[in-house]
Amino acid sequence: MDAESLLLSLELASGSGQGLSPDRRASLLTSLLLVKRDYRYDRVLFWGRILGLVADYYIAQGLSEDQLAPRKTLYSLNCMEWSLLPPATEEMMAQTSVVKGRFMGDPSHEYEHTELQKIKEGGKVFEEEVVVQIKEETRLVSIIDQIDKAVAIIPRGALFKTPFGPVHVNRTFEGLSLSEAKKLSSYFHFREPVQLKNKTLLEKADLDPSLDFMDSLEHDIPKGSWSIQMERGNALVVLRSLLWPGLTFFHAPRTKNCGYIYVGTGEKNIDLPFML
Amino acid sequence: MEDSTSPKREKANQDPREAGQPWEEVTAASSQGLESGLSEPLELEQGLETGPQPRSPPQSPQSRASIPLDDLTGPGASYPPSPPQEASYTPSPPALARQDLAAPWQSDKTTSVNPEAGTPHFHHLEQSSDKGESTASHTFQSEGSTFRQSQQTKHHLYGPEDVNYNNSKQKELRFNIFQDEDSNSNYDLDYAEPGVSELAPSMLEITIQSAKAYLQKTSSKSGLNLYDHLSDMLAKVLDERPENAVDIIESISQDVKMGHFRKKLDTLQNENEMLPTYEIAEKQRALFLQGNLEGADQELEDEIAENALPNVMESAFYFEQAGVGLGTDETYRIFLALKQLTDTHPIQRCRFWGKILGLEMNYIVAEVEFREGEDEEDVEEEDVTEERDDADSEADEDDEDQLPRTFYKTPQAIPKEENRTGANKYVYFVCNEPGRPWVKLPSVTPAQIVTARKIKKFFTGRLDAPIISYPPFPGNESNYLRAQIARISAGTHVSPLGFYQFGEEEGEEEEEVEGRRDSYEENPDFEGIQVIDLVESLSNWVHHVQHILSQGRCNWFNPIQKSEEEEEEEDEEKEEEKGEEPDYTEQEVGPPLLTPISEDLEIQNIPPWTTRLSSNLIPQYAVAVLRSNLWPGAYAFSNGKKFENFYIGWGHKYSPDNYTPPALPPVYQEYPSGAEITEMDDPTVEEEQAFRAAQEAAVLSAEENEETEEDEEEDDYDQ
Repeated sequence: MDAESLLLSLELASGSGQGLSPDRRASLLTSLLLVKRDYRYDRVLFWGRILGLVADYYIAQGLSEDQLAPRKTLYSLNCMEWSLLPPATEEMMAQTSVVKGRFMGDPSHEYEHTELQKIKEGGKVFEEEVVVQIKEETRLVSIIDQIDKAVAIIPRGALFKTPFGPVHVNRTFEGLSLSEAKKLSSYFHFREPVQLKNKTLLEKADLDPSLDFMDSLEHDIPKGSWSIQMERGNALVVLRSLLWPGLTFFHAPRTKNCGYIYVGTGEKNIDLPFML
Repeated sequence: MEDSTSPKREKANQDPREAGQPWEEVTAASSQGLESGLSEPLELEQGLETGPQPRSPPQSPQSRASIPLDDLTGPGASYPPSPPQEASYTPSPPALARQDLAAPWQSDKTTSVNPEAGTPHFHHLEQSSDKGESTASHTFQSEGSTFRQSQQTKHHLYGPEDVNYNNSKQKELRFNIFQDEDSNSNYDLDYAEPGVSELAPSMLEITIQSAKAYLQKTSSKSGLNLYDHLSDMLAKVLDERPENAVDIIESISQDVKMGHFRKKLDTLQNENEMLPTYEIAEKQRALFLQGNLEGADQELEDEIAENALPNVMESAFYFEQAGVGLGTDETYRIFLALKQLTDTHPIQRCRFWGKILGLEMNYIVAEVEFREGEDEEDVEEEDVTEERDDADSEADEDDEDQLPRTFYKTPQAIPKEENRTGANKYVYFVCNEPGRPWVKLPSVTPAQIVTARKIKKFFTGRLDAPIISYPPFPGNESNYLRAQIARISAGTHVSPLGFYQFGEEEGEEEEEVEGRRDSYEENPDFEGIQVIDLVESLSNWVHHVQHILSQGRCNWFNPIQKSEEEEEEEDEEKEEEKGEEPDYTEQEVGPPLLTPISEDLEIQNIPPWTTRLSSNLIPQYAVAVLRSNLWPGAYAFSNGKKFENFYIGWGHKYSPDNYTPPALPPVYQEYPSGAEITEMDDPTVEEEQAFRAAQEAAVLSAEENEETEEDEEEDDYDQ
């Protein structure tokens, strides 16, 4: 959610129950402004909160002019002092895929994971148990990246692509209409498109290249991994992800207000197919 | 006059050559009086011809008021300046008109109409000022009005000059000549032969007219024309003045086009879309009005006296400190809905239990305790199943062939707990949204709890939805919901140590087996615990809801006793099987009531509870917040004296491992295997032959034996 409309967005997203306490809210309002100034971001998003056992991580993201460019992620433990996180790499993802369980809440905590590694020593091959240390910060980075790639969404028409390439916020976006808001196809993943090229030519002919340049939620696997609800009697549409429980996307139809927030434990719900 | 005009003429000749003079310079020149006034119309023409260059409307004597002007009502079209005409008569209209002139010029950057088209009409300007004025007003559009204000500063500059102006025909004639001459040169200041000037304007005019006609051509598809569309678009841009308009001009164009269509469909479509919103709003309005219906004071006093309603807003405030909550408005509506619940049902105590999220709709859950003796009984379902079993057994006996009896005996259904005890201590009401009617959930049975532990399903939001799972859940979504609520309550409802105490009426702890205390009462002497202590040590919190045993009940039910009774009834069949069943089942024991939560089991090295102070910045007034790690979404707060529990989440337990559905049981050995039903291979040919041979041999030997016997007998006879 945009840091500029933080209070309204928190109010709209309160249907999921987990939000922010007043002191955190107040801290965020001031600190995010300073972050925007210091790092010279075009837009700062409050991404959400990852609940740890000892402490919680508050995550913010900074965007440049091009909305689809890789975002800078910052974390804080007290909503005042923000630290930049390194960008996610493939190695990190592979490394942290073995870590399970809750986040500790201490960025310097190290998970220990024993692996069997084959070590060649002078012609012989040993299998040794190596204890690999994985830092919690690495895990944090990769989880945030996974969540962003999987479930960060934006309504159709909120961004548009210029002929030169960069993607901008569409200032004439006035919100989805009610009938559009109830369909999954009006929402896109907020990331580089992956499945767009696989569409047939017939489908592509109907697309507007300046607006439909991202994957829509329609074809997400497993089907039904999104819960779409109207709250407050059609005045607010809320999408909740079932794959990453804790992610809430809200949008007030016919207005510009939209955004998403993640408040959860940072674990994927792998049991989803059993639960549907 | 002649003298005065000639220098003016000269000046007019000169000034047009100074094409491109900025507005400011012209205004400076305005002090030249009449001369400048004369030159100005020419400059005016220049300005019109060159378009973008702002020119002060000269104090020209001749207004360009003419009928053709009315045609040129495009955006920023060059309106031949009518002011000059009026300038001769009154100061203000010309000044205004001059401003009018200025306006179109400044805005006229995109006009496609050649301003010069105005020049041929110059000679028509012997019209009355009225006409000039009217045309001036015609030629005006909204832009002009905005510019008018900016031009007012220049108003005074032209004032004095106007007065001096004399609109003599002579001058007009001369001006006509000038105009005609000027009209020849588009951008040059060449006042050549008048003859050519008469031809060129007409060609230009024709070009302009044809261009304009093309723009005004109506589209066959949409009925719009480009001319009007462009004028609407520019009007919108100028009204709204967005930043960087050039970047979003396409969207603006689209919006203008859509604006044409919206009006027609407005009345039809909007009605349907907003209907559900209005429905909910109506229902919630009823919530707000329910208090007003009863105006009697006495009833108000009664209400205040027997307050079964909890102070939801107060609890919501404390939970908000912890970062948990549904938002103030929503909580207030829930508060009113709870009030409605307490008004319509005989409720002793009521509590806002929490919210369970579902796929299509959510559930708002209220925990309710009915007044004594006002329970509503559920339909007993167990009797029905028992009858069915009996009927089956009778049917079996009637079979002639006496099919082999199965070993399988349906496991004894463990009876559910009575209302007000154990897992059914409270009754739960749910609704999808505040304003909708409350629905009572049925009591929970142990079988449901046991099965609920084995499955993990999302709630859809409809109470009658079936639960398709393995092991099959005995019931539909309302039962599953009730079972989960029971599990969550048993697992996460905690209170500060000492808040509740056991009643003193119960005897000493003599019987440890059956004397499990299952009731508690508030401790009137509770003095509160320091918030810091509550945060630091988990032993300061205790469970005040009974633990649910693995049997599915809170109080142990011994299934053996009853089975003995049954055995007496069905002796014949049971005797054989008696020995196969265990004679005893171990009594299940769970932690007793009011156990501190420090005794809770860990989940794979994760502590079961997380404690926090709600605010690190102002610890004096912070509250202690407990968050359950076993049931994510369960919260409890306490400020030392008060406490409350709350749940908001999907309704599932946390497990670090994946959920695996239980394996299917092995195929059950239903029938005793004996010779009758055991399959044997068919004998092979050799075996059959051998068998036959053996049989024949046996028969032969038997015959031989008989023969020998007969022989012996005969022999005996013979002897």
